[in-house]
Amino acid sequence: MSDRLTLITGRTRKQAIGMHKGKASAEYLEATALVEMNPDDMTRLDVSEGGHVLLRTDDGEVELTARAGTVPAGLVFVPMGTSANKLIGTETLGTGMPCFKGLQVDVTPLAGEEVSP
Amino acid sequence: MLGIIGGRVYDPQNDKAGEIGDIWVKDGRIVPAAEVDREKAEIIDAAGLVVMAGGVDIHAHIVGGEVNAGRKLRPEDHRGKERAHSGSLRAGAGGTVPSTYATGQLYSELGYTTVMQASTAPLMARHTHEELEDTPNVDNGAFMVMGNNHIVMQSIADKQFDRARDYVAWLLQATRGYAIKLVNPGGVENWKWGRNVAELDDEVIGYGVTPRQIMETLATIADDLGLPHAAHIHGINLGRHTSARTSIETIKALDGHRAHLCHLQFLSYGSGKGHVHKSEAVAVAEAVNASPKLTVDVGQVVFGRATTMTCDGPLQHTLHNTAGGRWMNDDVEGESGGGIVPIEYKPGNPINATMWLTGLELFLLIDDPWKVFLTTDHPNAGTFSNYPQIIRLLMDRGYREEMIATLHPRARKGALLAELDREYSLGDIAVITRSGPARALGLKDKGHLGVGADADIAVYEERDDKEAMFARPRYVFKAGELVARDGAVLKQVAGRTYSVAPDYDPSIEDDLRAHFKAAYTVSYDNYAMLSGDGARIETVACG
Amino acid sequence: MSTTVENVACPFCGCLCDDIIVETEGTKILKVKLACSSGQGIFMDYDPRPRRPLVHGSEVEWSEAVAEAARILSAADSPLIYGLSSSASEAQRKAVALADKIGAVIDSTSSVCHGPTGLAMQAVGEPTCTLGEVRDRADLVVFWGCNPDASHLRHFPRFSLTAKGTLTPNGRSDRTMYVIDVRPTGSSKKADHFLQIEVGSDYEVLTTLRLLVRGGEPSSDVVGGVPVAELKELAERMKSCRYGVAFMGMGLTMAPARQLNVAELFTLVAELNDHAKFSVIPMRGHGNVTGADQVLSWTTGYPFAVSFARGYPQFMPGEFTAVDMLARKAADAAVIIASDPGAHFPAAAAAHLERIPTIVFDHGPSVVAAKADVLFPTAAYGVDAGGTAYRMDNVPIPLTQVIETDRPTDEEILDRIIEAVD
Repeated sequence: MSDRLTLITGRTRKQAIGMHKGKASAEYLEATALVEMNPDDMTRLDVSEGGHVLLRTDDGEVELTARAGTVPAGLVFVPMGTSANKLIGTETLGTGMPCFKGLQVDVTPLAGEEVSP
Repeated sequence: MLGIIGGRVYDPQNDKAGEIGDIWVKDGRIVPAAEVDREKAEIIDAAGLVVMAGGVDIHAHIVGGEVNAGRKLRPEDHRGKERAHSGSLRAGAGGTVPSTYATGQLYSELGYTTVMQASTAPLMARHTHEELEDTPNVDNGAFMVMGNNHIVMQSIADKQFDRARDYVAWLLQATRGYAIKLVNPGGVENWKWGRNVAELDDEVIGYGVTPRQIMETLATIADDLGLPHAAHIHGINLGRHTSARTSIETIKALDGHRAHLCHLQFLSYGSGKGHVHKSEAVAVAEAVNASPKLTVDVGQVVFGRATTMTCDGPLQHTLHNTAGGRWMNDDVEGESGGGIVPIEYKPGNPINATMWLTGLELFLLIDDPWKVFLTTDHPNAGTFSNYPQIIRLLMDRGYREEMIATLHPRARKGALLAELDREYSLGDIAVITRSGPARALGLKDKGHLGVGADADIAVYEERDDKEAMFARPRYVFKAGELVARDGAVLKQVAGRTYSVAPDYDPSIEDDLRAHFKAAYTVSYDNYAMLSGDGARIETVACG
Repeated sequence: MSTTVENVACPFCGCLCDDIIVETEGTKILKVKLACSSGQGIFMDYDPRPRRPLVHGSEVEWSEAVAEAARILSAADSPLIYGLSSSASEAQRKAVALADKIGAVIDSTSSVCHGPTGLAMQAVGEPTCTLGEVRDRADLVVFWGCNPDASHLRHFPRFSLTAKGTLTPNGRSDRTMYVIDVRPTGSSKKADHFLQIEVGSDYEVLTTLRLLVRGGEPSSDVVGGVPVAELKELAERMKSCRYGVAFMGMGLTMAPARQLNVAELFTLVAELNDHAKFSVIPMRGHGNVTGADQVLSWTTGYPFAVSFARGYPQFMPGEFTAVDMLARKAADAAVIIASDPGAHFPAAAAAHLERIPTIVFDHGPSVVAAKADVLFPTAAYGVDAGGTAYRMDNVPIPLTQVIETDRPTDEEILDRIIEAVD
């Protein structure tokens, strides 16, 4: 089962801390290769805490670890970084700014890929 | 070494009004003929040409936070006015708020060699100095805004004059400033409450002090510290129909002190018919004429595009509500504020036309040219690039009449300017653009061509059209180096920044450290520029 | 013997907290006091060991790397200079000088951060203030599409929420705090009022607020998922406060409406000044991204997206912005200074950086540094180099050299490249 949700990306404390350790560091990868979802969406899509999901936009796709969070239903949040960027297009509408927030994204759970946190 | 031979020298400070003479230069200064080896010197044949000291601009907004916000705000203002990279000349943007390299280049092309940055909030001083480093071809200095400063106002409220004086001295050193600047004293603090002041004795909210007390105190401090330049004052009520009255009251209040009132044109209006201000240049000029220690600059309006920018926050808000369009405001903690509104002055607009008339009337009604200086309060009333046009207006009555004929009938009707037949001489122009401002600034090596002066020299071809004459100097020398020829800049040289270092009681530093902890978001040590950064900065003696 | 340096400015974010205490011993940083967790990393995770520059992955002398950089830039038809936000203004000025000399396009991280904020400012202006005014006066603070709790960790205590000032002696209890965002955040938990709006509804909510401030009546009861009654209450608070300040962030600039969102907020704030005193402050991210705007503006007249290709500065977002230059393959060489577009650009734009020669200035490892053709491991401003940076409210702050290392600065290397390039 998959569903079309709205993606926003943004800064997190852990992403900033991980950045100082280097973008190849485990801290950084752990802080950025995840998607925060609304628990109801997770239940509906059969995504478990720590489970893997595939996010796909018109511009790319990426596998991320799912975490239950406080985002409202219909929204998913991915920390800014190399993972999120795979989903972001280069259209800037003449401003220089790609659309990092408010994109349509297809979210598909990946079966049997559950990982412990 | 350099000799400029056989030119007609206009050097009012040394009583030369067009006499044929030679100017000799060595190591960037003017020297007696005997010190120059003529065989080795470069000789400029100035026969038939007019020789003056380099121009000195006593009041222009050329660098710093507010100016830079103005640049950023107006991309449309730069387009079509760009300056391309050429040899060692940096590229830049022109328009009403040019980029720093372009600013230095444009001043060179006008024969100007010294420019004072008219206002900087002390908190932003580092920014101003960074930009001054990137402004070539002009020596310079920055006036530090203090008329709404909390420590100054609190000291006045506490009747601690010595504290105010020591603080001002410290502040000028800490910011590498050159002079005390006041902008709408008390009014900018009140603007942080959404209010303003309207009278000299109105109260500043939270301090109980008045614009009158602030102006008197800072003018007294400038005298006591022996600062080379007097307190430089943008008074209250700028742009309002009550401004002439409060300007005259201000002049009376400052009686006995040195003072410089800037862009007085903007503060010389009375109530006219309908909603149009009228010029009160007669009454204001009379007050100026009667005050021996006072100097002023005009802030002449020039028709065309301008960008208004002042630390006078409430004024800019009023202007925004009047003119519409874009509005910047910036309240600066403990010190100041400011705003920006783009504008265009049109002869067919009765208010703009009245402003234009008022400025020229001031020029022609103030008797002593040593008391009134040419400025456009760049870029508020027009740009410095418009100075040649203003010179023509002052020297050429016929041209004035042509221009008056283009004004809105309501402004034109009964305008005093049409009746004033005074025409400035070349000697008068040399005073209002060089010698006068240099003397008022206390820059002894500027504004004249006597032995020992800096070899900042402009050479012009005399023409009937004085605008064309002054727009295109034949030669411009900065510290003896040829920087522009035939109105085109040739090279960039670094300018010097002048500052002052008046004495203060060092015990003020502990007091200020404590104050900074409580009242600033920047630490005392990071605010003050007391260490390092000195090569370009030259201290002018107080006393 | 350890040394304690006081009043150090932390160069991490736009707050430039300049009260940090750093204990050092030689080139080792032992302890950092007062800095937030993000700021700690800047100092504590810094590797001060001098490293030699790399050309195509091999260590070379500095002069050789400079010569190779000059060779790449001399051969390029359309070089791009990008980044600047974690460098000092002294180096930013050199970067513009280099762009001017070689006819490059120069752009800063502003273009993917508050670039749209700059465009909004150019459209409508910007009533703003310094952070000290917020601390001293603000009794109403509104955080719109920003989350200082994650991005600017000392903003609340130093300036905007719990900070105590002359008119706010009780700090938090003297202020009303609103957060407007599409999701709950650490910041919204601290707010007195959290208006959770629907994704993409910022413009509509802002326009409704403008209407309410003007005394108008919206035609529906709910806007952007928020009851109009709540917006009315906010509008009334905005009109009647002593000193209001709106802070705004990427929630407005990165959403589809970009600069239109921001211009609507700036216009609302401007209009509020007919009723109360109100200011807006963009939450600038990187330590000196504000300085990049400042330096580009004073040297070229424009804040970002500047091309010197024609010999004079031209400004065109969408053309001379880095993402667009890379996505359209319009750059044939790149100088990346103190930033990591490899990690922060859309993948397709970042991919072009791998196809063209890149000259990278970075004090530590980064995605773009790992793939650089020429890598200059320069000093970090605010750690082992001094300089000037601009806080998010445009206040200039000196950066302290807290440890002395043998690393050259960006400024020094840029100077050498300017000398060497044709």
